[in-house]
Amino acid sequence: MYTILEKRTLAENIYLMRVHAPRVARAAKPGQFVIVRIDEVGERIPLTISDYDAAEGSVTIVTQAIGASTRKLCAMEQGESLADFAGPLGHPSEFVGEDLEALRSKRFLFVAGGVGTAPVYPQVKWLKEHGVKADVIIGAKTKSMLIYTEEMSRVAENLYIATDDGSEGFKGMVTALIKELIDNRGKQYDVCVAIGPMIMMKFVTLTTREYSLPTIVSLNTLMVDGTGMCGACRVTVGGKTVFTCVDGPEFDGFEVDFDEAMRRQGMYRTQEERARAIAEERRNGHKCRVGLDK
Amino acid sequence: MANKIPRVPVREQEPKVRAANFEEVCYGYNEEEALLEASRCLNCKNPRCVAACPVNIRIPDFIHQVLEGNFAEAAAVISQDSSLPSVCGRVCPQESQCEGSCVLGVKGEPVAIGKLERFVGDWKIENADRMPAPRIERNGRKVAVIGSGPSGLACASDLARMGYEVKIFEALHKVGGVLVYGIPEFRLPKDKIVAREVEAVKRLGVEIETDVIVGRTITIDELMNEEGYEAIFIGSGAGLPRFMGIPGENLNGVLSANEFLTRTNLMKAYDEEYDTPIYVGKRVVVVGGGNVAMDAVRTAKRLGAEATIVYRRSEKELPARAEEVHHAKEEGIEFRMLTNPISIIGDERGWVTGIRCIEMELGEPDASGRRSPVEKAGSEFEIPCDVVIMALGTSPNPLLKMTTSGLETNRKGCLVADEHGATTREGIFAGGDAVTGAATVILAMGAGRKAARAIDEYLKNK
Repeated sequence: MYTILEKRTLAENIYLMRVHAPRVARAAKPGQFVIVRIDEVGERIPLTISDYDAAEGSVTIVTQAIGASTRKLCAMEQGESLADFAGPLGHPSEFVGEDLEALRSKRFLFVAGGVGTAPVYPQVKWLKEHGVKADVIIGAKTKSMLIYTEEMSRVAENLYIATDDGSEGFKGMVTALIKELIDNRGKQYDVCVAIGPMIMMKFVTLTTREYSLPTIVSLNTLMVDGTGMCGACRVTVGGKTVFTCVDGPEFDGFEVDFDEAMRRQGMYRTQEERARAIAEERRNGHKCRVGLDK
Repeated sequence: MANKIPRVPVREQEPKVRAANFEEVCYGYNEEEALLEASRCLNCKNPRCVAACPVNIRIPDFIHQVLEGNFAEAAAVISQDSSLPSVCGRVCPQESQCEGSCVLGVKGEPVAIGKLERFVGDWKIENADRMPAPRIERNGRKVAVIGSGPSGLACASDLARMGYEVKIFEALHKVGGVLVYGIPEFRLPKDKIVAREVEAVKRLGVEIETDVIVGRTITIDELMNEEGYEAIFIGSGAGLPRFMGIPGENLNGVLSANEFLTRTNLMKAYDEEYDTPIYVGKRVVVVGGGNVAMDAVRTAKRLGAEATIVYRRSEKELPARAEEVHHAKEEGIEFRMLTNPISIIGDERGWVTGIRCIEMELGEPDASGRRSPVEKAGSEFEIPCDVVIMALGTSPNPLLKMTTSGLETNRKGCLVADEHGATTREGIFAGGDAVTGAATVILAMGAGRKAARAIDEYLKNK
């Protein structure tokens, strides 16, 4: 069992959990993910690691309550335990294995969107610890939905905020801010890393392509086991089918077929809605009679 | 010396009833039936069944003990060669192994060796509590086993009996490997059989840690250098699914048999109490002809879909167990033989609407000795469906090779190991599907036991 050491609300429906998982904490590297199972009847939920502390034996995950299972996870409280917490899975970010000297000469731009901001943090933190500078853009719909701004400002060289409504920082999408930085503020970058909703990553790559700025994305596809067994996470990269769990989760954003990836993400949406309806019915104490459970 | 007693039929759930539930299909023999069936064995001087068994179980001996009513003794005879009789009695392809070479089969029906093995295995499980716990002298030396499938369980229990301190590391949240994620409940009950086989292994003092993906959570080198394991057994199976590489394979509604079966077996998606979703639509086409294909198609049927098998060779070449094919037909599965998919068709939203196939005919025998299918020109046609499940075989996960220096694999990604299970790196042994590629439970179990002996030998001389 994996005890929740701390739970915090970061924004509406977005929660941080620091979980006791010593083996995962010791092995985790930036870019990797874990599979979480809440209880005996729970799904295996893939979540990108948002921080880790080997000394404390803890791993941090940040979850947005969207589907039936993420809602259930977000309803868990400090002191309670998760049935399973397996990982770290997938390859670490490419820079982890690169020559530090070469790395220090590179100018990194991270583009973080929504709940995807959390997994950007351990990457920028790792770079900072190894003497590599990185600028970070955090995007959100509105000020109250921004997360990780304080933590990020401690590790980022420059932190830029973009909100759709202009309630904080730059008014507009992250893609417009990328253009603004490069076109008008004289910024130059060698690598871009974008993590956020699939649609955001797609448009970031369309923008960075204009500048021939190599862009890495982290895909949050469907998964069951997360170890290469099921193939639910397959995605087309450079015209080839690969598995996000074992070949990724980070890929060359210019090569990813985002439209297919977004479509495949919706494979079980109707089932998820159904599961949520059944769960709500059960909470109300009666069995479903309108055939939702059929 | 003719045997006048006909083979004792085994009781089964009615096909119509069972095609809508996940309860076990076959009820197995009761004591009376087992005794009668055991009396059919001729106790041959040169038992061909023993030679045909991959682990050479002393079949006439155990059947003789059944006939005498000495079930504990029968179990002891089997356990000299097999540690999973309840499982193998259910899933072995007996018709091409023991029963396939039974003398009685020449003119009539062979002895139901599989059903008798199952009877003995189940009796042993039922009566395990009454048997004294084995007294084992511990030698304090640690061995790690990677994977809790048939080879890992067999290797671990033998090593524990020899006195080693054994710990199994399992990547998933549940113990049993393919026995829990692959083979469906209606063929191998999880609580009644698998969980209790696992309990028996634990009773020998074997520790099991789940959620550990060796190669990611911890490496083999860390296990040896930091956690003090003197030898390692790799029984990580062959878990990576294959796809055909035809157009339309990434449409919504196309999935590997592994995904479909993992959702139903491991995650129990068929039970509404469980959170994992599953989608079958109205009509499911399963591509393939092995046991996994049969498991997938019968699972789809049980989830309410019309279900069809598409296989490129003829029925004679179906690699699945004869009993599974027979059961599938009884349950109303449609078989489209000599049919090969060429593409999968979808609607404008990217969901499967059908599978385009071409008719095949059998040509010359290929390397496997089976006549290879060739396309019949101009015979393309479409089968409308909502879901396509690819059951084309699996290959081993490259993770351990990638993260362990000195561990070699062959062209197919299988670990290189000698007949005793020794890999190309000292102290590391391997067996089961990780070495052979997807094969049978009994071969994996046998390989695990062989490796246990080799590990013992290695550690004694170290």
